[in-house]
Amino acid sequence: MTKGLITDAQNTWCPGCGNFAIQHALKDVILRLESEGVPRENIVLVVGIGCHAKMADYLNVNSLYALHGRAVSFATGICIARPDLFVICCVGDGDAYAEGIAHLLFAAKRNVNMTVLVHNNRVYGLTKGQVTPTSPLEYHGKSNPDSREGIALNPPELLLSVGCSYIARGYSRRQEELKGLIYDGIVHPGFSCIDILQICASFLDKTKEYDRQVYVPLDHNPEDFDAACRLVREYSYEDSGNIPLGVVFHEERDIFHVGTPFSRQRYTDKKGFILRFIEERK
Amino acid sequence: MDGCSVLIGGKAGSGINRAGQTIARMFTQLGYYAYMHYDYPSLIRGGHNFSLIRASTYPVGTHRSGIDILLAMDSPTLSLHRHHCKRDALVIYNSDTVRSDTGSAIPLKSIVARNDGMHVMENTAMIGALASAIGMDWDDCGYVISQEMRKFTQKNLAIARDAFRMQSEKKELKRLSQSPGILLSGNDAVSLGLLSAGLDGYIAYPMSPSTGILHFMADASGETGIQVFQPESEIAAITMAEGMAYAGAKAAVGTSGGGFCLMTEALSMAGMAEIPITIVLAQRSGPSTGTPTYTAQSDLHFAIHAGHGEFPRFVIAPGDAEQAYVWAGHALSLSWQFQVPSILLTDNTLSEGVYTVPPDMLQKRIPASRPVSVHLWEGTEEYQRYRDTEDGISPYASPPLFGAVIKGNSKSHDEWGISVDDGMQLASMTRKQMKKIPSMKDSVSQLKPVLIGGNPDSDICLISWGSNAPLCREAAQVMGIKSVQPIVVHPFPASEMTAATCCSVMTFLLEDNYSGQLADICEAHGIPVDIRLPRFDGRPSAIDQLIEDLWGLVG
Repeated sequence: MTKGLITDAQNTWCPGCGNFAIQHALKDVILRLESEGVPRENIVLVVGIGCHAKMADYLNVNSLYALHGRAVSFATGICIARPDLFVICCVGDGDAYAEGIAHLLFAAKRNVNMTVLVHNNRVYGLTKGQVTPTSPLEYHGKSNPDSREGIALNPPELLLSVGCSYIARGYSRRQEELKGLIYDGIVHPGFSCIDILQICASFLDKTKEYDRQVYVPLDHNPEDFDAACRLVREYSYEDSGNIPLGVVFHEERDIFHVGTPFSRQRYTDKKGFILRFIEERK
Repeated sequence: MDGCSVLIGGKAGSGINRAGQTIARMFTQLGYYAYMHYDYPSLIRGGHNFSLIRASTYPVGTHRSGIDILLAMDSPTLSLHRHHCKRDALVIYNSDTVRSDTGSAIPLKSIVARNDGMHVMENTAMIGALASAIGMDWDDCGYVISQEMRKFTQKNLAIARDAFRMQSEKKELKRLSQSPGILLSGNDAVSLGLLSAGLDGYIAYPMSPSTGILHFMADASGETGIQVFQPESEIAAITMAEGMAYAGAKAAVGTSGGGFCLMTEALSMAGMAEIPITIVLAQRSGPSTGTPTYTAQSDLHFAIHAGHGEFPRFVIAPGDAEQAYVWAGHALSLSWQFQVPSILLTDNTLSEGVYTVPPDMLQKRIPASRPVSVHLWEGTEEYQRYRDTEDGISPYASPPLFGAVIKGNSKSHDEWGISVDDGMQLASMTRKQMKKIPSMKDSVSQLKPVLIGGNPDSDICLISWGSNAPLCREAAQVMGIKSVQPIVVHPFPASEMTAATCCSVMTFLLEDNYSGQLADICEAHGIPVDIRLPRFDGRPSAIDQLIEDLWGLVG
């Protein structure tokens, strides 16, 4: 282990994988937060299972390498116990949009103060190229050689509908913009989700298409919910058409919290409660 | 009478549980130990619910089927339970709705109407009639009603008083001296026990019969500050609780078999990532959805073996409220001491039954300060979440901790918590985790994991676990045989159990499942079980029936 932000674990992503860019962006954002006075020990990274999840091994920060689909739920627990931590989830599209969709939607609905980066390469990488909820209609992996999944899920639209208070779309080959979106998401008070389009070098390399399709809308007002709804419908994870990047929607509302953060709880209160309870029953 | 068994029955929604608890409180007020068993189907209005309340001069944790007083709020109660009554039983019935040619007629509906009360207050009238029948002073009765009915107290008192005056038939119960204790349901006791061990958070999805804990904790959250939350599923509940534990908070979850099925993935994670977590598994009749409101002890093997892969765990099965209180605290503390999951196995009978517990015992068991049982990091060298140590327990730290990078990991990992798949490292981390087992067994041995009752010198032995333990203790006491209860069922207290049973010439084992799950475990440890007494109809055994059956077998 090193003192820097990168561990000495051997990196096993495929050459050309979009994860390298996301790792680089996230590392730079953490450095920026540190330079602004956020102690590194206050940052916790929670990951699911899949290629994206190796981020926990490669970044030298607190981390919880969780279960497939469940990162957001573990992260919610961390937020409940310690609201003072900066909780960042790296999740995959198969991970969070299939297995873990309920946890993702509920965290957005509750406005839990965390930032979710979805490594959306629209394919299962580590299990070798099966179809995910955001796979293109025409995509055929080994699990669906002939059949189709039907229309793709439009996660940003889904998140908007459950009250997600910060939703953005990034692209792994737009490094500077991506850093900005991740940083904004982290400082946003409440739940933030950044759907990051990335290519899968081995199973779904859409570099050429994405480079041509992505654009940043100039006159979008991310505080206008109706405009946000229109914008997310502009790209429905079909293969053609323009893909708007940037903040889709952003609002401030009450952050989810329950009870007293555990570090501020006092044992005497629990003891007092038990003693009072016994007295009342006498 | 020197003891008393009362049954009150009526439709769901008419406050039968509440009435039962009030009657139990009347008994403790008169100086008796009380126990209540509550029987109800899975519906909200209508149907038939009944509470069986027993008063005794010695501690009890089971019901008796020979009913002394039957309180019929409606006709089905009379027809369903008449044959459970003793020959000289007193019947008090609601003469506004029930037709009977024997017993005391009390017009509950009219009394309530006269006092401008609500329909649900009919049970208050019935309680007033009962108080009079057992020869209670009005002052005692009024005190209990005002304690138990904090809403509309005056109205309830007036209603009870009217019925109290009307009831002329008597079946007197002598007033003893002091109240022997307070009334706690198993779920209350589990909740208090967890709090006494410094619980910081409770996350649960509703599922009978564990839901009482969720309600208790939610009520307690304001005064205690603990974080109580009901998420979207049992999967969310346990993963959130483990997230809390990663962040340093002592968290527990509660569920029944179906919810526990969903939790097993995260149970395995607790094993691999060494996350302390306490799961209350309140068993009910299964498999699958089974019977939500009836009892079973059929998840024993499941609790011991749940989760993929191999990892150490505690499985603890208290038998009554007192044990539930003590061992819920132990479960949480042991979990943190060893950084392993602990499962507190209860069942419907224990969870929802009401027991009498001496208050000084409860008070004595509260630690002076929050129990801290974890190896903490001293900060002298680089922090390794999974450092290999002599006993396999790594120093525990949670973020934010200056100078430490804390990496919890559900995958095979090295001492830092970085994923590995090298064979040597896999084997050494497995060895490190399994190294905890001998000291886990030692810790259990120090806590008296096996309870012996009845006549310890007898060569006839009656083994039971969970809610059957107080039943078998009492039966053994009456029959002069020995009762044995393993409170910790995993790691199995083999030496204590062998010592407790080695002199037996005949061993019985009563449990609420079809196959004899504890009997299998005993036999695997070389403890022969001669006669298995399985029960799988969702109902707990009654003391008089059990004794009768056992006499038949002992001969």
